[in-house]
Amino acid sequence: MTTTRNVGFGCALLGALACGGTAAGAAEQITFVSQGGAYQQAQTVAILDPSAKKLGITINQDSIPDAWPAIKTQVGSGKPIWDVVDTPTGNCLRGGEQGLMEKLDFSKIPNGAAMPEAYRSPYSVSYEFYSSVLAYSQKTFPKDAPNSWADFWDVKKFPGRRALRNHPFATLEAALMADGVAPDKLYPLDVDRAFKKLEEIRPHITVWWTSGAQSAQLLNDGEVDMEMAWNGRVSAVAKEGAKVSFTYNQGILQSTSLCILKGAPNLATAVKFINEAVDPVHQANLPLHIDYGPGNPKAFETNVIKPERAAQLPSEPSNAAKQALMSYAWWSSPAGEAAEKRWASFMQK
Amino acid sequence: MPTTSVPDPSQKHQRREHALMLALVSPALLVILALIVLPVGWLAWQSVYHDGFTLENYRRVFTEDIYWRSFALTFEISLAVTLIALLLGYPVAYLANSVPKGWSILILALVVLPFWTSVLVRAYAWLALLQRTGVINQFLRYLDVISEPLALVHNTFGTVVATVHILLPFMVLPLYATMQKIPADLMQAGASLGASPSLTFFRVFLPLSMPGVLAGCTMVFVLCLGFYITPELLGGGRTVMVSMLVSRNVELYNQFGAASAVAVVLLVSVLAIFFVVSRFISLDRVLGQK
Repeated sequence: MTTTRNVGFGCALLGALACGGTAAGAAEQITFVSQGGAYQQAQTVAILDPSAKKLGITINQDSIPDAWPAIKTQVGSGKPIWDVVDTPTGNCLRGGEQGLMEKLDFSKIPNGAAMPEAYRSPYSVSYEFYSSVLAYSQKTFPKDAPNSWADFWDVKKFPGRRALRNHPFATLEAALMADGVAPDKLYPLDVDRAFKKLEEIRPHITVWWTSGAQSAQLLNDGEVDMEMAWNGRVSAVAKEGAKVSFTYNQGILQSTSLCILKGAPNLATAVKFINEAVDPVHQANLPLHIDYGPGNPKAFETNVIKPERAAQLPSEPSNAAKQALMSYAWWSSPAGEAAEKRWASFMQK
Repeated sequence: MPTTSVPDPSQKHQRREHALMLALVSPALLVILALIVLPVGWLAWQSVYHDGFTLENYRRVFTEDIYWRSFALTFEISLAVTLIALLLGYPVAYLANSVPKGWSILILALVVLPFWTSVLVRAYAWLALLQRTGVINQFLRYLDVISEPLALVHNTFGTVVATVHILLPFMVLPLYATMQKIPADLMQAGASLGASPSLTFFRVFLPLSMPGVLAGCTMVFVLCLGFYITPELLGGGRTVMVSMLVSRNVELYNQFGAASAVAVVLLVSVLAIFFVVSRFISLDRVLGQK
């Protein structure tokens, strides 16, 4: 058995009949949705194909950059056509609260149950990790590079142009760490204090970026000297020869998780698949194809990932220890949603 | 349509003809219904319905600061873009109108040429020109005109520059169409009565070209109100135009109702502008006819 890749969101609109057709005759199948691009290719090779083979199921794939609106519409229609989604953990949590996600029975997901509690929720299991890190130009800072968010805020010691993400996620955490809050003492976030600290740096921010590609370009073109960016984007730019680097120190560790749509057409198979997808060996395969860390920390004990490779990954235990783990539970709480809304008015002042 | 008070023996025939016409245009009407009327209706419905009828979304749009600021900024930028496009576009249209046919075709071809490149590519091209390590800053530094790179992009300035570039054809074409219709004899008559070229221009040509000015300004202004990619890429995140507010509401805050309400307010503003303008000039005469 292999996975079949359906093209785009069109499938979601055309319905299960048109897309499921490729899997006709297979005993068991699921439709798996991820974010596309190099990332989905990497997970197809590392996780999806081996899982399909081992379980003897067919995995139909779909991809969409932002799954949330589609999840809402599909479950709202009462007849979802997707089973498992790989989406930022916050979507799984919020979806769980709004009745859009199935509650997971962890007795049927032993691989997930063995993971640290902070890495799962009643509705989701962490699937892979990335980090919002402090990245900088090695041309501007050949030595004594900025190494903490306090350095990022220190415009006297580290003069240069800066960029931050136009989104409260990780940005509020960074502001609080710049103000002296320890990475493991962030939550519940002191939102007032974070925005006050952001006011300080606001005049020095050249760009508030909205897409990962944009952040990579800013760094690559030398448009900014330091910025918050996702680790995979920075290493991709560095691989292409740009003189840029980043530090995991005080990075904000974020994850995408697997969750199942409420009323998924192939619920039982979907649960089986989730267990297989977080199997340590499959998980250890992922970073061999892309710069993201495995969601299951046991992957680092499989000897599949070489030590020098492990050292580059955001979820490698000693790297993870330097970082703050984002609390999606806090962000999907009323306080978190209020902070998200406050961001909009902050940006337009 | 013939207006007759006497009974028309061919009335029945006429009715049949109308029915046939309707049948012939019905595929087009269906397309409009499916692609425009239904989605817009759904949009409007979503803005007032969320577990029951509610005006909450509109209350927010009209009372919350950020919406006001965004609408104000959008109108300011649109106004600036329209004025700059008029100042740049008028001479171009005038030139195209006064040179021999072959040259005017060349000028118009150059005006229309950018349409063959996507808006996204043009926005990135402006980024390459205007950014800190961009062509313009590098050149000025090479000439020693400046020591520090100028902030030409990731602000309102960059947004306006790129938007003007993209919308300029919408100013030039209606202007040119109107100018074409101004009889050259009038200019000669003015000259023969002893007026200087500049006096003829200001007293004769300029007033006669006003419908084109109004049409061009309306087109540019209205299109600018809905601009999205350009301010998103060149605004540096601070230039939040209304269209970006719509996308943020959907992507970040998952509020389809709020996004719909903003979209409906924008749509109504645009329709109102068209309505007001159409009281002064017949838009389709300027835009549709050579």
